[in-house]
Amino acid sequence: MINDAARPRDAFPTTRHSLVIRSRSPDSTVRARALEALLAAYWKPVYKYLRVRWHASVDDAQDLTQSFFLPHSIQRLIDRYDPAQARFRTFLRTCLDRLVANELKAALRLKRGGDAQKVSFSLESAEEELQRHGTAQSLDMEAYFHREWVRSLFGVAVEAFRAEANAAGKAMQFAIFERYDLDAHGAHEKLTYADLAKAFGIPTSQVTNHLAFARREFRRVVLERLAELCGSEEEFREEARDLLGVDPR
Amino acid sequence: MSALSDSTLDHLRRIADWPDLSGTRYEIVDRLGAGGMGTVYLAYDRELEREVALKVTKAFDGDASADSRLLTEARILARLEHPGIIPVHDAGRLRDGRVFYAMKRVRGSRLDEYARRLESVAETLRLFERICDTIAFAHAHGIIHRDLKPENVMVGSFGEVLILDWGVARLRAGSAARSMQGAPPISLRPEVTADGVVLGTPGYMAPEQARGEHDQLDQRADVYALGALLRVLLTGEAPEAAQTEHRENGAASVASRSWNQPIARPLQAICRKALAPEPRDRYATVAELSTDVARFLSHSRVQAHAETALERAQRFASKHRTAIALVAAYLLMRVALLLFGRH
Repeated sequence: MINDAARPRDAFPTTRHSLVIRSRSPDSTVRARALEALLAAYWKPVYKYLRVRWHASVDDAQDLTQSFFLPHSIQRLIDRYDPAQARFRTFLRTCLDRLVANELKAALRLKRGGDAQKVSFSLESAEEELQRHGTAQSLDMEAYFHREWVRSLFGVAVEAFRAEANAAGKAMQFAIFERYDLDAHGAHEKLTYADLAKAFGIPTSQVTNHLAFARREFRRVVLERLAELCGSEEEFREEARDLLGVDPR
Repeated sequence: MSALSDSTLDHLRRIADWPDLSGTRYEIVDRLGAGGMGTVYLAYDRELEREVALKVTKAFDGDASADSRLLTEARILARLEHPGIIPVHDAGRLRDGRVFYAMKRVRGSRLDEYARRLESVAETLRLFERICDTIAFAHAHGIIHRDLKPENVMVGSFGEVLILDWGVARLRAGSAARSMQGAPPISLRPEVTADGVVLGTPGYMAPEQARGEHDQLDQRADVYALGALLRVLLTGEAPEAAQTEHRENGAASVASRSWNQPIARPLQAICRKALAPEPRDRYATVAELSTDVARFLSHSRVQAHAETALERAQRFASKHRTAIALVAAYLLMRVALLLFGRH
């Protein structure tokens, strides 16, 4: 929840709301919501990885992604996951490789067209992103999967932040963040604080304040989502260091 | 919304630890670099309409001693008003709790990069003298830098030398820092840096500093670092080599390392004396070191070097080259006159 009050030092979220932990809950509703959130964060990296690493066709990649995220399949994987052995992201990718290599290539063809349970995701957006961002010839597949995972995590965080900002009456703060940090970045003409002040009809000092607020809140949302996706405190802190360069103690 | 591009992702990751400048006169522009003490950002000062550099403690650090060290650094810089020390404009605490100070934005080259472009040893030594001048000024105010290395010396576009990163500087043992214009002494406690914690850079760090004997440190620790710096300037040898030897064989081997390049023996002696493992065997002050370098430049006898008769003759010849040439010309003329006179 957005909180406008000044804080002495940013506090790190904890993994007590980890989706990995919640997806092992005895409460089936909690479990279902956790699996749904895991799907939202991971389906695009998984789909793109299948397309790039395994050269899967659109149909095969779709079927494999569907199969991978079927509630009983993903639940079985999560039950096997041991945070002491690997990061959750690495564990999932290894499982995915195993799935493709050993099991389902043939079985999927049988399943296709059957009445197997489906999970829903928007294939078009993933295909569009594949076209736009290329297939990362220069990256190894682990780095590629990580990159797409980061893209997915940040994308989810942006949308969550947008929703929170709108609900909290901070739409202008989000709009300034969107213009300066999301849209304008990489543009030929560098947007200045003065440009933003003019565009939004506020003093330049207010742009500084709004941007600082938005960046702080965005970082909070990213860290909260990250904490959800990690299986342990240690993993979360390592991921936070790798991802954001922050060094929690 | 459409997916985030690679450049936007990189940007978002980069700004994650950017400080909260709300309520200040600064707008953050970019990240310039980071060290052990904090991160330096390029910022725009709206009031004075100029770029400044902001040094800020690290995000999520929550380390009170890091805050204290950064403020101490700012206070040291504010008191040491010298052309070789970057002026500080402002300091304080940001809304996110991080400590910062604003300083002049410096443009220039790192010392070793700049030195590679110099064409003569004399130019290099004159540059080194300017570094010594700045450090001697700090010592006169009771401050030891403790982390002199090429990365912490910048040379501006007009050849001006700037000593950076006073983050691990400390008061000389038993000294009360003198202040400028009768201001109260710097409230810098020797224990600001926890005893036993080795702060500094291997290869440039005096042995007593490497051993964590912080209470024993005096200006001769900087003399040692300056000796290492001079050696790097003269030879261009990577400091890693010195680091390795330092670690494996002790500091004595740094001083006695062989010279792979034809460096004048008096300069080798100057380096050796500055790099002596025991503080008592080093130059007592940076001024003494600088004076010996000046002596070499003016072809006078270098204190650190016991010269041979041949070297003395060579030095005499170099120093009095013009007079010797005039005398020789005069004598030749006299001989010629005598010969022609007889005919």
